[in-house]
Amino acid sequence: MRHVLSVLVENEPGVLSRVAGLFSGRGFNIESLNVATTLDPGVSHMTITTSGDEQIIEQIIKQLRKLITSIKVVDFAELSCVEREMMLIKVQADDARRGEVLRIADIFRCKVVDVSLNDLTLEATGTQEKTQAIINLLARFGIKDIVRTGTLAMRRSMQPDGQQA
Amino acid sequence: MPKELTGAQILLESMYREGVTTFFGYPGGAVIDIYDALADSPLEHILVRHEQGAVHAADGYARASGKVGVCLVTSGPGATNAVTGIATAYADSIPMVIFTGQVSSPLIGNDAFQEVDIVGITRPCTKHNYLVKDLTKLAQTIRQAFYLARTGRPGPVLVDLPKDLMQAKTEFVWPEEVRMRSYNPNYKPNLVQLRRAAELAVEAKRPLILMGGGVVGSNAGPALKRIAERFSIPVVSTLMGLSGFPCTHPLWMGMVGMHGAVYANRALTETDLIIAVGTRFADRVTGKLSVFAKNAHIVHVDIDPTSIRKNVKVDVPVVADCRETLEQLYQVLEACAKTTDFTADHKEWLDRLNMFRQEYPLSYSKNGNIKPQHVIEALSQLAPENTIIATEVGQNQMWSAQFFQFTTPRTWLTSGGLGTMGYGLPAAMGAQCAKPDSLVVNVAGDGSIQMNIQEMATIVENKLPVKVLILNNCNLGMVRQWQELFYAGNYMATCMTGQPDFVKLAEAYGAEGYRIVHESELMETLAKALSSPNPAIIDVHIDREEKVYPMVPAGAALDEMLLT
Repeated sequence: MRHVLSVLVENEPGVLSRVAGLFSGRGFNIESLNVATTLDPGVSHMTITTSGDEQIIEQIIKQLRKLITSIKVVDFAELSCVEREMMLIKVQADDARRGEVLRIADIFRCKVVDVSLNDLTLEATGTQEKTQAIINLLARFGIKDIVRTGTLAMRRSMQPDGQQA
Repeated sequence: MPKELTGAQILLESMYREGVTTFFGYPGGAVIDIYDALADSPLEHILVRHEQGAVHAADGYARASGKVGVCLVTSGPGATNAVTGIATAYADSIPMVIFTGQVSSPLIGNDAFQEVDIVGITRPCTKHNYLVKDLTKLAQTIRQAFYLARTGRPGPVLVDLPKDLMQAKTEFVWPEEVRMRSYNPNYKPNLVQLRRAAELAVEAKRPLILMGGGVVGSNAGPALKRIAERFSIPVVSTLMGLSGFPCTHPLWMGMVGMHGAVYANRALTETDLIIAVGTRFADRVTGKLSVFAKNAHIVHVDIDPTSIRKNVKVDVPVVADCRETLEQLYQVLEACAKTTDFTADHKEWLDRLNMFRQEYPLSYSKNGNIKPQHVIEALSQLAPENTIIATEVGQNQMWSAQFFQFTTPRTWLTSGGLGTMGYGLPAAMGAQCAKPDSLVVNVAGDGSIQMNIQEMATIVENKLPVKVLILNNCNLGMVRQWQELFYAGNYMATCMTGQPDFVKLAEAYGAEGYRIVHESELMETLAKALSSPNPAIIDVHIDREEKVYPMVPAGAALDEMLLT
């Protein structure tokens, strides 16, 4: 099962390598990993998307907590959260097809961020299902390039049970 | 104006304040400033002959004394030579701080002479590691390193020291407290879990305590013995737990696992409640996981949450210090037990295990050749209490584990997790430094002794009366045993015909050399060698065909043992 983990770590050299090494050394899977500083410049936040059965996920979380440089690890599978991914996608769009590509971009509320005679670059934001749907729809025009951030996540302030998280 | 110290002086002063009295090392260009400052320090430095020896010596020192072991090596090859020792200590959770020299800060990353990224290399085999970039943080980093090494699940911590920082000067400020927001090991057991554990223990008809290295590491031996005796629970141990419980005790049921005793593995198979303390259920202990302790509830006490539910499903997890947990569990059990008569309740179970013990004791047959098991029995008989046994890895290690009667904690030094050949001799040397009055014996094979034999020179130079008992079968015996049993006798690369004359070798180093080739000489010569005030090698020519039994083949269930 897919899990999104939120990991607060000390913002110091080598921390990313410790996390990445933990996953590779123990044969865990990373689908995506995101890291940037938080409001506190001494702390970075990682969003890690991973998958595995219950026992593996438990080990991943425990092993992450065991790293001396990790401050807090939360599994978002247990919480209601907002998930977003951003994607830049460059699609072939000559004069004949530009209109159709733009219509699809409009449906998904993508932004056009670059344009040339033969292609359009779109910026899309949404859950992974949404970005995947955009890719599926644009595939027939010919996708020249894609870059994706991987999932970012933040828990919702009010959980479904009405409790403040 | 406060007095300024060089980085080298700060390092030595910090080590001193952390309680270090002795450390092991080998100089080189990147650490020469530290050695320069060492002349004015009260710390005792043992100059080894190979960096791997320095790390194993620090490891042996730590295991024997319970203190943090310390070593210092230079950059590049000095640091990479230390890696095997670090990985060995990591696998066995041994508290240790390793200082490595590093090229000067401006050169880092330039592929400078004797530069390696040792922090990168040792990331997966240290509890934590540091590259010190700011001299004002040196003392604090060292303080943290020692704190991390000795608290929680202990382990090796490496501190990499660029040469220019050792030369530069700054004000020395010793941080009185260590605070790390991201590290806070839990020592106190959860009372709810303890109550659940106690309820299971009161219900159990066939309870069993399985102890691991954590019992020795947390000095939980006495607390464990108290529980075992009061509630009449038999005790088995992993390889790493040996010496945590006296082998002479009626509740002692031996070592479990691949070369465990029949009765010990039987106990693990038939028990209805395992109280596992300070063990990680390694593959060598559990055998085939799917059938491991099928009818048992498991209470698992370990300070490291990742050890719990990693390999086996657990009914009651207790993440806490082994000693604190056992002490509190005693109280909770006492309260739960009320009028239960444990001696009567567990009599049938103990009788059954004793029946197995009588029927399938650890044994060997005599045939006129010297049997290695006999040698260890003789050693066990001759050795005074508190004798420290170090081993190499392989048959010598297993025979020692099976046949030596341990009575005192911290008298068993063996590379359990990593299985490092060449560990024993330097570890024995380190232990002898920690315990100058104890007899320290390294039980070795003729193969493994040669992996760090150079430390004989260190031993002689420092007048350390370490004894090396070589069980010489001119073979890499354990691999040969596997070849015989599982590879149709295809003895590739396990026969060592070019062995040196170990007696002459001992003498060349300035130690005493003894050779035993007939069974009739065993007791007398061994007694003479052990009572010598000097270091000695005792070369015992054992039966080359002898194998370690019982044996659970890799991947088989614990009750599928080969007996002969």
